[in-house]
Amino acid sequence: MTNLDAFRADTRAWLEENCPASMRTPAPEDEVVWGGRHAVFKNPDSKIWLDRMAAKGWTCPTWPAEYGGGGLDKAQSLILADEMQRIGARPPLVSFGISMLGPVLLEMATHEQKLEHIPKIVRGEIRWCQGYSEPGAGSDLAGLNTKAILEDDHYVINGSKIWTSYADKADWIFCLVRTDFEVPKHNGISFILFDMQTPGVTTKPIKLISGNSVFCETFFDDVRVPARNVVGRLNDGWTIAKRLLQHERTMISGFGLSSGRNNRGGLTGSLEQTAMKYRGDTGKLSDPALRDQIAQFKIDSEAFAFTSQRSAQEAKLSKGPNATSSMLKNYGCELNKRRYELLLQAVGTQALGWESLTNDASDFAAEELAVAREWLRSKGNSIEGGTYEVQLNVIAKRVLGLPDMTSMIGKQ
Amino acid sequence: MSLVLNEDQLMLQESARTFCREQAPVAVLRSMRDTRDSIGYPKALWQSMVELGWAGMAIPEAFGGFEFGYSGLGIVLEETGRTLVPTPLVSTVLLSATAINLAGNDEQKSRLLPAVVAGESVIAFALEETTFHNPARVALRAVKTAEGYVLDGQKKFVLDAAAADSFVVVARSAGKPGDTDGISLFVVDANTPGITRQPLSMVDSRSAANVSFDKVAVPASALLGNEGAAWPALERTLDIARIGLSAEMLGSIQEVFERVVDYLRQRTQFGVQIGAFQALQHRAALMYSEIELCKSLVRKALSELDRGDETEDIAALASMCKAKLSEVSALISNEGVQMHGGIGMTDEFDLGFFLKRARVAQQTLGDALLHRDRYASLRGF
Repeated sequence: MTNLDAFRADTRAWLEENCPASMRTPAPEDEVVWGGRHAVFKNPDSKIWLDRMAAKGWTCPTWPAEYGGGGLDKAQSLILADEMQRIGARPPLVSFGISMLGPVLLEMATHEQKLEHIPKIVRGEIRWCQGYSEPGAGSDLAGLNTKAILEDDHYVINGSKIWTSYADKADWIFCLVRTDFEVPKHNGISFILFDMQTPGVTTKPIKLISGNSVFCETFFDDVRVPARNVVGRLNDGWTIAKRLLQHERTMISGFGLSSGRNNRGGLTGSLEQTAMKYRGDTGKLSDPALRDQIAQFKIDSEAFAFTSQRSAQEAKLSKGPNATSSMLKNYGCELNKRRYELLLQAVGTQALGWESLTNDASDFAAEELAVAREWLRSKGNSIEGGTYEVQLNVIAKRVLGLPDMTSMIGKQ
Repeated sequence: MSLVLNEDQLMLQESARTFCREQAPVAVLRSMRDTRDSIGYPKALWQSMVELGWAGMAIPEAFGGFEFGYSGLGIVLEETGRTLVPTPLVSTVLLSATAINLAGNDEQKSRLLPAVVAGESVIAFALEETTFHNPARVALRAVKTAEGYVLDGQKKFVLDAAAADSFVVVARSAGKPGDTDGISLFVVDANTPGITRQPLSMVDSRSAANVSFDKVAVPASALLGNEGAAWPALERTLDIARIGLSAEMLGSIQEVFERVVDYLRQRTQFGVQIGAFQALQHRAALMYSEIELCKSLVRKALSELDRGDETEDIAALASMCKAKLSEVSALISNEGVQMHGGIGMTDEFDLGFFLKRARVAQQTLGDALLHRDRYASLRGF
């Protein structure tokens, strides 16, 4: 038996022993574990599952064991993923620390910074949020204006951020601040970490078109942060910011991957089965135009999944995510948006209810109402993490090597 | 499974690309068009390709082939698509040789396949009877006689018919047009009395003909496989050819796109390179994204063909490939002309050849609409 075979056998046995039965079913939205000081475990098994996985470092399987990670190599981590998929195990922990901040810290932070932050990400003890966009700096992110002024060994931060996902639930923030005002805009930004409980930090949820509030406005009023919390070199934060955005795009493109799957948008069953069910069709979808559009969507979804696989294989041969992350982000988001538009066509007015006015949901079923809310939520996919148009600019410039008009009309 | 080319495949790609660029550029097709070449492919060049092993890549070793696999053949097809060099790869290798290999007996395979590998035989595939791809619609009759069969009917758009020494004929020995039962395959010598070829001048300047079979008597040994039971082998053959043709289309698409991006970097208007204009940048970025999906589909389908186990999903993959590649082929060829502006409309410039080939390739073996319909049926809706 090779080492990998032995690893697979051990992993399988360990998972059989340690993964609670209720953790082998798809997680409903309110049972997803985000961790943090105020972590909510609606299902108590999810706490057991998180603690057991975190003890082995398997919430972050490929991160170095030195910082609490699993220390697995690529082959082993694929086996772990494979074995988890085999029994339908839920991810024990989902967080921006895992998908965005951690990889960047491992690459660019000091040993002390890694020791301080990485183990808490692995164990789900600290929940992170991202302080990037500002009211005046959206697509032109580098135009950000939140100031950090050095006073003794602290930075004093003033300004505000917007679209901060889950800022009201997060414990710490990774934040872009301006530390030099005299240089071109990209060269005066620093990447800094601080506790959301620091005096002077306030958050205010933003109500969205879906009726939900996942984003916040975040205000900083004379917030004092130790200078040692800057990651990387002072004024070199833009490099880190861009690297982190690549990880973010890879994460968001995952929306497109799951959009081809079933059980999303509240309605069980695939898009085509849903369309047939609401029309009373059997065997074949009776609306030929919708059938053609769904076929086209599904072909694109399958081709997109192959492309993600191919990109991951190519990334392994080179290093980390590359410029194609912009393409994957865009295509994935467009697929997700297409899916919800098609779902509205598949279900008709029954997918357009806002809320139920009856006790027994005889007007709209909960899963039908969820379609409308998710459809509205999906409109943000091509705005967050860099808009659709900004990604196209990135592809044109970085991948295709086309000339940059902004450099011709004078960058500020 | 890997969707990235391995060392051997990269070497093959490099050598095929160099060969096509240096020996078989678009100028070859142009010259054949201008001289009204009647054979339909450049004979000496084809012989060189045969010597490189291209005709035998997917044919079993037992019948003279090299078993390099469909991934290898796909790489070669992709490169021929980049320069539009006409070859009998689709008609003879992808269609007829596959049908013979899948449906024929050992005697037929030993007799016919080594000649294909050696480039000595061109075998055209006589399938279509309407102006749309519709394999089950076959009506050409095969009537059993004491000596063998008599074939009677009309075939349309038979690729490489002019140069063919034989035909694989898809015929109906029972049932009615539209039935999948009752279809039989025959290998017929092209000089058999009763066969008339009417050449077609197509926009892509490739060889095709309408072929009539007027009471053509063939021996019983011409039948491939069992009478009336050819449908599974026919479907499989067509799926392999659809994937192979998609690989060729992928080459053409990439070539046009690369030419577009080069042009955007070179052409200056209003004092700047036109590639700096966002209206063009965004369209180029969208084309790039679609091409990435096309690459993944074609690689996936080719490697599934080589894997060849029971979990494969070839029929759906073939339809996904042909649907997506047809769609993107239309997009890229249209944008290719538009983004080149006036020069894209001139005959002197090569782009028109790609536009014309794109449309014929889209229709060949089924267009995007047909394959989305087939995919939906295969996926149960």
